[in-house]
Amino acid sequence: MPRTPSRPVRWSANAVGVVAFVLAAFPVYWMVNSSFLDRNQIRNPVPTWVPFGGDLDNFRTVFETDQFLSAMRTSLVVTGLTLVVALTFAFVAAVAVSRFRFRGRVPFIVTLLVIQMIPAEGLFISQYKMLEAADLLNTVVGLTLVYVAGVLPFTIWTLRGFVEGVPYELEEAAMMDGCTRTQAFFRVTFPLLAPGLVATGVFGFIQAWNEFTLALVVMTREDHRTLPLWLSTFTDVNRGTDWGGIMAGSTLIAVPVIVFFLLVQGRMASGLTSGAVKG
Amino acid sequence: MSTQTTGRPDVHRPQRPEEEAPVSQPPAPRRRDPLPYALLVPAVLALALALGYPLVRQLVLSFQEFGLAQQFGRPPEWVGMDNYRALLTDAYLWRVTARTIVFCLVNAALTMLLGVGLALVMRSMSRGVRLLAQTGLLLAWAMPVVASLTVWQWLFDTQYGVVNYLLTQLGADYEGHGWLLRPLSFFFVATVVVVWMSVPFVAFTVYAALTQLPEELEEAAEIDGATAWQRLTSIILPTIRPVLLVVALLQVIWDLRVFTQIYILQEAGGSARDTNLLGTYIYRLGIGGGDFGTSAAVAVFMLALTVVLTAPYVRAMLRQERQA
Repeated sequence: MPRTPSRPVRWSANAVGVVAFVLAAFPVYWMVNSSFLDRNQIRNPVPTWVPFGGDLDNFRTVFETDQFLSAMRTSLVVTGLTLVVALTFAFVAAVAVSRFRFRGRVPFIVTLLVIQMIPAEGLFISQYKMLEAADLLNTVVGLTLVYVAGVLPFTIWTLRGFVEGVPYELEEAAMMDGCTRTQAFFRVTFPLLAPGLVATGVFGFIQAWNEFTLALVVMTREDHRTLPLWLSTFTDVNRGTDWGGIMAGSTLIAVPVIVFFLLVQGRMASGLTSGAVKG
Repeated sequence: MSTQTTGRPDVHRPQRPEEEAPVSQPPAPRRRDPLPYALLVPAVLALALALGYPLVRQLVLSFQEFGLAQQFGRPPEWVGMDNYRALLTDAYLWRVTARTIVFCLVNAALTMLLGVGLALVMRSMSRGVRLLAQTGLLLAWAMPVVASLTVWQWLFDTQYGVVNYLLTQLGADYEGHGWLLRPLSFFFVATVVVVWMSVPFVAFTVYAALTQLPEELEEAAEIDGATAWQRLTSIILPTIRPVLLVVALLQVIWDLRVFTQIYILQEAGGSARDTNLLGTYIYRLGIGGGDFGTSAAVAVFMLALTVVLTAPYVRAMLRQERQA
């Protein structure tokens, strides 16, 4: 910012900044803090602000529920599969859109944007009926199918930005030196895309990992729950009794996601804009 | 991602019309090159199967009687507009619709106000404080939706929640207050959760747009004696209008379809009938109640509502594109 604000302005802006930090971060802190507190500290009208004298009992409780481990398995398999399939499909589609000019290219791009606006809640009834008819309810394949369709538009869009961020002249130069078009792409452009692919992959992973609505619709049986489903019912079963355990479960699910998110956040923003023309 | 209540579609969209080619232009096809079409096949197939087909199927379903008898094998009957007629004359649907629209607009407006306000104030913060605020916002943004719901439930817990404790300390009578029992208070909690999760995205995106503002503009205005308010309304906001439009559009879309927050809070003790929004209503009608024909009609209605509510924004965005 060019203009240095006057002292009172800066001072009040800083006050707002500190308040914003506290309001935004406190729930995250509270989750981690509560996950270490023992039963008596949790069930006390006066909150324990810092987990002194806490222990790892809540985490032990979580790992001893069989549903947690089975939900973990389901979540890992579904998100892993979704990621591999969606990244592959999106990658070839992104190459088509950014390295070729062909009839139907613009309609395809516009369709992607329109799909982004369709609320999942407006479609899950018929997706449920479709999977039911195909005998795919409560299967990894069924959930993966709707997840892939869910992450594809965004993934294609992002990867397209990354591919367009690599100047086509580099490939042309390689073709002058005798590469075929395919060789040029894989030897020149592809290595430069690796960071973008990783970032997009992590982002897709987070989205599938956190997804609740479709998992609730497709996975109706208890032994097929994903982690978010398990966590939401963990609350139910214990009707507000074991907050320590719930917070430990939340912490286990949230902390890896937060770490990954912080790692790719900056790169995603830059990748999304790298497709733009820098005049 | 359309399956995500906190999905973050791209807003850093390259601000250029599609027809304009990028700097390095791949060759125009010499002949009908089948390769790009082949590359699109997997993605198109997946989208057609998992989204396109259900969309058509849902339209068909909404004109059929599809209840418990059909679940046990009786073929669905064509009932024409009956599902829609029944719905549109049902006072409850209109209550849920009004609730959904009000909830959406209140949440979107609050999120925009707080997010844009914060982005503006960030410009005047010291570097360290700005980093601190941004760290906090990133934490809130990165929280998985279900985890943030459990934490907020815990914060608002009747017996041991921090919120009741603090309010009681301040001298209000909130000991053992049940936040989810009354619909208004239920929606207050839902609004707190939704706004808390959505503000970071708005603040970061708008702040990024503000850093792109040319300095000369503001300096010139200042020399001409413009007040801070005039600079804001006649220079800053008009310049970042395209970004504001996109962000506002996304907020409206996301808050119209809010499902996870409402569903989980209902399971935690809200009365579903008094707190249903369109998303949870569709779920409880169809998957909960087995009345798929009617719930498909509500879903089609919801899609139509999305189109109607977002049309003015989309038109404004298209106009921006053309002027660009």
